[in-house]
Amino acid sequence: MARRDERAAGLGSRAVQVGFVLAILVLWYLATNRWGVNRLLLPNPINVWQQLLDVLRSGQYLPDLRVTLTELAIAFTLAMTSGTLVGFFVSRSRFSVRVFEPLFAGIYSIPIILFLPLYVLFFGLGPASKIALGTTISFFPIVLSTIAGFSNVDRMLVTAARSMGASDYQLFRYVLVPAALPVVLTGLRMGFTVALLSIIGSETIASLSGLGHHIVELAEGMDMARMFAYIAFVVAIAAVLNGVVSSLQKRGSRWR
Amino acid sequence: MTSVQSTRSQLESRLRGNERNAKPLRQFLLRHPGIVRLGVVILILIAWEIAARWFIDPLFIAPPSRVFLSLGSVWQTPGVPAALRLTFFELAVAFVIAVAIGLVVGLAVGLNPFARRSVMPIILLLYGMPQITILPLFILYFGIGAESKIAFGVTHGMFPITLAIVAGVQNLKPILLTSARSMGANRWQILRWVILPHMIPSFFAGMRLGMSGVLLGVLLAELYVSTAGIGHFTEMFTENFDPTKLFGLVATLAVMAIVLNEIVRRAENRFSRWR
Repeated sequence: MARRDERAAGLGSRAVQVGFVLAILVLWYLATNRWGVNRLLLPNPINVWQQLLDVLRSGQYLPDLRVTLTELAIAFTLAMTSGTLVGFFVSRSRFSVRVFEPLFAGIYSIPIILFLPLYVLFFGLGPASKIALGTTISFFPIVLSTIAGFSNVDRMLVTAARSMGASDYQLFRYVLVPAALPVVLTGLRMGFTVALLSIIGSETIASLSGLGHHIVELAEGMDMARMFAYIAFVVAIAAVLNGVVSSLQKRGSRWR
Repeated sequence: MTSVQSTRSQLESRLRGNERNAKPLRQFLLRHPGIVRLGVVILILIAWEIAARWFIDPLFIAPPSRVFLSLGSVWQTPGVPAALRLTFFELAVAFVIAVAIGLVVGLAVGLNPFARRSVMPIILLLYGMPQITILPLFILYFGIGAESKIAFGVTHGMFPITLAIVAGVQNLKPILLTSARSMGANRWQILRWVILPHMIPSFFAGMRLGMSGVLLGVLLAELYVSTAGIGHFTEMFTENFDPTKLFGLVATLAVMAIVLNEIVRRAENRFSRWR
């Protein structure tokens, strides 16, 4: 009985969700086709759908996608390497944790996107400034979670492994890494998300190429239907990338 | 015998003397990580100063000493004080609206189990969307003035506040509600005396997250396009290759962000201790 109630409630909430999406689509359609909302403000959903198919079919997005993904890959690799290394070495003594952790946490609380003009001035409008900004922004969640992960390993585990005669490498490989990994992986996932966001963001604000830049180009050309289609495309790409990283994180955390 | 003793005492005193001379500094530093932290920051500033003065083209980077000395002239640049005031105004308005929306939606969704199950996934989906992709739309709908920055700040700030409030309401122990009801409290009394006091910690946690969201949204929109705000001046200083003023302006904004974050963080620490 209770299970049937639960299922009914589940169906009800599912219906609300589907209804919400449908209502938006219907309102959108009516607003553009019946109520005469300006096409420059809101394009027709059917046009947007056609444009989306066209964008996907023409493969016109490929150069921009390649630029953005390359920037993302380089920035995330740099941030991951530097973040985990710095975090690990800081976590080796309680004293250095107390010196550096508040420093990193303090900088992390500033919106680092503020420094974008400095990066553009220094690295130019090309991919270099995006890579540098993405690296900086994703460095902080990674380094902070690495410090948290490695400095909160249960002392008991370390002492036990030592008393059983574990070498430094064995201690690292079989005790520290498995204990710290879930926290570090959470940091890496957050770092990946903010790297992606900051790279698309800096492409939107000042750049010559990339997905964010293309959206701005379409906005400036007042090509609204195609711009909506492109936004949907970029959102989908971001969702796929984040989904892949989340599932990698889950798989990595389960391993012990 | 005496000579042995005297050498021993000499040795001991010498050892103690060594300890007194070498250890205190080490001990002192070990006990005060804050001072070491300050030292690290000063070392970084010195390295930056040296690099900027002698190794890197002055068109692109400014040494910290010069930035610091020119702060006054940055603030006196015509338009900059007004731009800082405008940005502060945008942040304040966006924050107030985001808190209001977050509070209303959070309570409405959190207090009703059906709404929570059905609407929460939609909120999470919207929150997970990279909002930066629709920034050009905000400019199109709200213009290039303050409205678009406020709107973008609101959409960045309202989601974390909503989520924190929903989480806070969810953590409420059902027994408290039941006992309040059995003592004959009406809806308003339950909201006022049971739900609100229990929500205060999560409300302030949400305010802190909302503040960083609002800062991010407003600054992104400012940097994207701006006619009178700080985005206008960062662009101008960049195009004129005037790193000294650019660094000064960015430093001013960073301090503003730190102060705002610190205010909400202090408020959170203070008001989460009420119980």
